[in-house]
Amino acid sequence: MSKYALYPGCSMETGGIEYAISSDAIAEALGIDFLEVPDWNCCGASSAHMTDHLLSLALPARIMALAETLPVTEIVAPCAACHARMAAVEYELGRDNDLKQKVNSLLERPYTGKVKLKYYIDVFSNPDTLSQIEKSVKKPLEGLKVACYYGCLFVKPPKMVNFIDDPENPQSMDNIIRALGAEPIPWPYKTECCGASLGVTDEDLCNKLCNDILRFARDAGADCISAACPLCQANLDMRQVTVEKKYGISYRMPIPFFTQLIGLALGINPNSLGMKKLFVDPARMLKKLGVA
Amino acid sequence: MGEVNLSQVMDRNRSFVDRIIEESGQDIRQCYQCAKCTGGCPGAVHMDYPPNQIIRMLMLGMKEEVLKSKTIWVCMGCNTCTTRCIRDIEVAGVMDILRQKAIKAGYIEHAKGVISFNDSFLWTVRSFGRLFEPGMAIINNVRLGNFMKDMQFGLPLMLKGKASMLPHRLKGRREMANIFKKTVQGGK
Ligand code: SF4
Ligand code: SF4
Repeated sequence: MSKYALYPGCSMETGGIEYAISSDAIAEALGIDFLEVPDWNCCGASSAHMTDHLLSLALPARIMALAETLPVTEIVAPCAACHARMAAVEYELGRDNDLKQKVNSLLERPYTGKVKLKYYIDVFSNPDTLSQIEKSVKKPLEGLKVACYYGCLFVKPPKMVNFIDDPENPQSMDNIIRALGAEPIPWPYKTECCGASLGVTDEDLCNKLCNDILRFARDAGADCISAACPLCQANLDMRQVTVEKKYGISYRMPIPFFTQLIGLALGINPNSLGMKKLFVDPARMLKKLGVA
Repeated sequence: MGEVNLSQVMDRNRSFVDRIIEESGQDIRQCYQCAKCTGGCPGAVHMDYPPNQIIRMLMLGMKEEVLKSKTIWVCMGCNTCTTRCIRDIEVAGVMDILRQKAIKAGYIEHAKGVISFNDSFLWTVRSFGRLFEPGMAIINNVRLGNFMKDMQFGLPLMLKGKASMLPHRLKGRREMANIFKKTVQGGK
């Protein structure tokens, strides 16, 4: 049984709640143990990052130090922004001992670096789990064309985020989708930024970036875009109506999390995967799969 | 950009450029001006100077122009430039330092929305330990004097059961307060 420390992050309790629900459901089905980091705090995201360098490291370092109290060797963060902040801790404190001491002087429990950060998709795409998923598929997602969307912060820059895949044309999620019996389509916007961080400041640009992603996915023949980050997902899902209005195009493109697609293929009831929480109704897609 | 006397500017702002190099750990003098960073930049269309030009302007010591630019606030930190740079320069890391420097120098003409958002965000993190979106939205809207901002999203989120109604309180609140006190002087 594989065991990981889990840092849910703030958005898993709100906007990305279906990511949490579906992750839990498939983890149970696959015998993966996620141990939640006790008393975790917000990683500070880009706000701390823009405000103060030390603050932006101390917040995620506290989380990683608390993970060291758990019987695990690896920690995962399903949100790409949180992942990137924890990757910065590993990268920067790993090569600068003075900085590490400075950060640790702010913490009650020091960060040692004992628990390593793992890329969330890899919890499911590593060879062992992937073959287990393949064997556990009860309802193959036959005929479903999926545009795998990795977003930017999980994959770039690879040397800083522990990314084990190709940052321009990654395959880890594609391999999962293939194992589920669906078809991962080739498309050019797999790792393009959706501009979620601009939602509050430059909505015009944010809408344009979302529109580009939706348009490329549709033109490549996708039935849905599979997401791996709650911020990207919320941006593409919730903002879609606004984008459609602005550009006069109707996409109605469902944006499920890849964990929801795994759950469907494992035969888990759509309601237990939070499918109803999606803004763009996935009914057509579910009908195609014969599960609704 | 207007006319600039390069040798004068370079002399005057040499220490600024050196500090950027030191603090970002990036030797921007290695830049070839190949513009690959700009080619892949999703924000370039909304910037006043594309990323490769910012790097060039830094090399020329054009401090004011860079810190006052719209570019550093359009940049969303997607790291595409850093990933693709043929000279291994962390362009996105340079943008981070420039934003921090611009705030410290008071060049915030293009950044009011971002700063208000960051302050409201961090206020909830300092107070509760985790992000509390309704609290953040209210503070942010008061700061910006725009009470209806983002209401298009607030209601749908609530209807989907995706909004937190009460803040979570951390056990490590004292530790969190201390982190903020020692880094950003009590937070903002
Ligand atoms: S990609 Fe690198 S070398 Fe090329 S212009 Fe940008 S910073 Fe300079
Ligand atoms: S990090 Fe900023 S400058 Fe670099 S590619 Fe992304 S938006 Fe452009």
